[in-house]
Amino acid sequence: MTAGGLKTRSPRLGESAPRPDGIPKVLGEFAFGNDLWADGMLWGKTLRAPHPSARIVSVDIGPALAIDGVAAVLTAADVAGKKTYGLETPDQPVFASEVVRYMGEPIAVVAADHPETARRAVAAIEVVYELTTPLVDADLAAEGTPIHPDGNVFRHLVIRHGDPTVQGEVIVEGTYEVGMQDQAFMGPESGLAIPDDDGGVELFISTQFLHVDRDQTAACLGLAPEKVRATVAGTGGAFGGREDICLQVHVCMLALHTGRPVKMLYSREESFLGHVHRHPAKLWYRHHAKRDGTLVNVEAKLVFDGGAYASTSSAVLANASCFAGGPYLIPNAFIDGWAVRTNNPPCGAMRGFGAVQTCFAHEAQMDKLAAALGMDAVELRLRNVLKTGDAILTGQVLTGAVPVEEVIRACVESPLPPKATGAMLERPGGAGRTADAHHVRRGVGFAVGFKNLMFSEGFDDYSTARVRLQDGVATVHCACAEVGQGFVTLVQQIAREVLNVDDVIVAPADTSVGSAGSTSASRQTWMSGGAVEGACRMVSEQMERNPGASYYEATFEHHHAPTEQLDENGQGNAHVSFAFVAHRAVVDVDVELGLVKVIEVATAQDVGRVLNPLQALGQIEGGIAQGVGLAVMEEMLVIDGVVRNANFTDYLIPTTLDMPNVLVASLIEQPEPGAPFGAKGIGEPPTISSTAAVAAAIRDATGAPVIRVPVRPEHLVFAADLVS
Amino acid sequence: MIAAAPLSLADALRAIADDPFATVIAGGTDLMVQINAGRRPVTSLVSLRNVAELKGWSTESGNLRIGAGCSYSELERPDFAAIMPALAQAARTVGSPQIRNAGTIGGNLATASPAGDTLPVLVALDAQLEIASSSATRSIAISDFLVGPKQTDLRQGELIVAISVPVLRGAQEFLKVGTRNAMVISVASVAVLADLDAQGVRIGLGTVGPTVLRGARAEAWTRSNIDWDSNRVVGNLDEFVALVRSDSHPIDDHRSTKRYRSHAIGICARRALQRVFP
Repeated sequence: MTAGGLKTRSPRLGESAPRPDGIPKVLGEFAFGNDLWADGMLWGKTLRAPHPSARIVSVDIGPALAIDGVAAVLTAADVAGKKTYGLETPDQPVFASEVVRYMGEPIAVVAADHPETARRAVAAIEVVYELTTPLVDADLAAEGTPIHPDGNVFRHLVIRHGDPTVQGEVIVEGTYEVGMQDQAFMGPESGLAIPDDDGGVELFISTQFLHVDRDQTAACLGLAPEKVRATVAGTGGAFGGREDICLQVHVCMLALHTGRPVKMLYSREESFLGHVHRHPAKLWYRHHAKRDGTLVNVEAKLVFDGGAYASTSSAVLANASCFAGGPYLIPNAFIDGWAVRTNNPPCGAMRGFGAVQTCFAHEAQMDKLAAALGMDAVELRLRNVLKTGDAILTGQVLTGAVPVEEVIRACVESPLPPKATGAMLERPGGAGRTADAHHVRRGVGFAVGFKNLMFSEGFDDYSTARVRLQDGVATVHCACAEVGQGFVTLVQQIAREVLNVDDVIVAPADTSVGSAGSTSASRQTWMSGGAVEGACRMVSEQMERNPGASYYEATFEHHHAPTEQLDENGQGNAHVSFAFVAHRAVVDVDVELGLVKVIEVATAQDVGRVLNPLQALGQIEGGIAQGVGLAVMEEMLVIDGVVRNANFTDYLIPTTLDMPNVLVASLIEQPEPGAPFGAKGIGEPPTISSTAAVAAAIRDATGAPVIRVPVRPEHLVFAADLVS
Repeated sequence: MIAAAPLSLADALRAIADDPFATVIAGGTDLMVQINAGRRPVTSLVSLRNVAELKGWSTESGNLRIGAGCSYSELERPDFAAIMPALAQAARTVGSPQIRNAGTIGGNLATASPAGDTLPVLVALDAQLEIASSSATRSIAISDFLVGPKQTDLRQGELIVAISVPVLRGAQEFLKVGTRNAMVISVASVAVLADLDAQGVRIGLGTVGPTVLRGARAEAWTRSNIDWDSNRVVGNLDEFVALVRSDSHPIDDHRSTKRYRSHAIGICARRALQRVFP
């Protein structure tokens, strides 16, 4: 093509456009946040509390300041602006000054000429703690002595739907538990702050929520928001773990204090301690049905352990509660949802955002109900599926595409995988060579889930894009954080499609353009995709009106349809849109040793429209990997408030030998009204019901109840004891 | 930071004699984790990677001599596996391919973790370690070398030079339980090696005690419960499993429970024995 000077037509929407940053990332040439560098920069390092609960008697920074090469040691006393921050409630101190509420809470930061100097300086700070008994049991938090002036209840949300006193002919009850999962993104937290001449600061930061990072940081620095100029640095994954700020204020304080650029880069251990996790949850359910399987009532009590600070606990609980019944028509329900404060690590956003925990429980309940009814578990689900025009537990009537029946049917109708080949590596236990074929039992499990797209409960999480077209080249400027999800690819596809150009430059995502909101809630394709589309259409109109102009430029702000708060009964049109998904898992279990090999996960997903098939597959495979991880291995081990595995030696994530074959049975394309190009977000659904499906498959293989994930070998081997 | 990269054993021994505070690094797969986590301050390093005398392995008159610098990848290879299959299997269970390229058998010994993957095989074989300092060499049995969890008899100024084990006639098996299908620290591991000429079985038990243990009671059982003419197990395997468990002293920790480890070591030993004597 190039020989004749001809250009290949670049991929438009619906085609598998390759990532513009794909090859550089594979070659190690892409600059991530931890590669940032500035001449004369200092290295920042955080002193963290080693205890989950303590009074701080004294902090002596003198020995650290005396070390040659140390430029600054800052504590709570140096915070010029607001002393606390938080996405929903500003309850989290920039530095703990009187009370330590979780292990790893920052006490001080150091800037020094070398990371090793900074490390020694941190070790030299003398802190005297008076240890106090940590509150670690979420069940005791609400009634317990408050460990924070705001109290121990982040939110108590009750959903009363229909007549919750209705009794079913068949009733099943169960209690379930979900452990604390971590996002475990590959690129640890990193940032570079460079002081500006005007008293402001320039911040390059690996983040998923740039403008709110900027706003929270500026408030704590005591600066006007425009004095903090933030740019998204190369971000190696996020999955919710970068929605809250972590080192943002610290690194800017150090830069402003020293007048020099300062870089901070978390170690893996600090990363585990420094960001929020998926909420551990305890879930009690009672399902009521008619003899024919029709659901008549669901009662549930949900206790989400939010850890020491609020983060997004309130919104996570709302999701958990609103979708607590699953994608079924449930005429009556009583959901008693609690998100509480403890001295455990703070929890917040993670892929699936509350819906994952309740899906594990409601799908276990559906299987239990099917068994009690003597009914096929898939048949029971099909009998109760939500359809367009039905109301969910909040009374909100579904107006968009609701292909629950379609995802279920596509998933169950896909062919089952063949029996294991017998190769040792392919058996449970893998490289450990433990499995003998005759102890291996196969199990098949099925689960369905759904959740909202975009922020809910009245939140106007708009996005902004600016598009300039000059000399046949479109430049798109949008603050959407690219965290690996592929927005940089999609931006180019949208601009090419709407403007009919081939060359599209994606400008750096920074705060010199309006907010794009968070890269979370499966919302950026819809929100920022819509903003880019809108700006491109305005440019097209300018071209029609004024064909000869030297350039065209437009800025478009894209808002989704407004939503309502939930009322005192948890009723209201709180959500913008929904996505539905089904998973069928096939597992082989060594029933003697309790070791699991997930063989295959088949899925069908409601996507509205596929804008990039390759990226859709990537999201589905990645989301299933995290769902499988939660099912069989991923857990932050927190004992008496102390994190025991803040490392990749003991926080296990799936390897290629743990990752099942992913069979995409169908992507259901029913264009969503109101969605740009009809496309729904696809990032979260793959994690929602994959965990539940794997758990169900393990139950099928072993007969063990599997009431807790991640399931551990001893839970399967000694299952009989757990039951009794 | 001073880093020495000697090419000969004599230079390496001189380097650690001259600098008593030097940290010895072979593959670095344990050490670098500690350094990067800030748990092990290091002022100077002596790297063993280029020391010629530590490389390679050889067989001579029924003995296998393995250089301490042999990587797990080298032990995985078919030529080595043909001679000592259990050690090849154990080496395969270590980490990722990159880790197996870097990590060495000498490092596994010096680290002396109860979960060290090659150690059950070496303990089962009564491996003899060649140890050298700038002034002397000595030989020590592995059971005397491994004195406690992450504690060895290696003294200041000494290096592990090589490991000698007998080449046995008979099948071998190594099994390791972990909570992931690869790249995982052992929860329990077992090596079962037939010694047809001696009409015995050698058993090493990993991660079920403060050090890697010998399954002495279970070994004794095999002498009278295997028909050494037909090479078949004739005794009740439940007895064997019970004896393996009585040879083990597992604990509860964040990776597993005492109860599960005891359960798993018995099952793995039974499966290994059944594979060795099918």
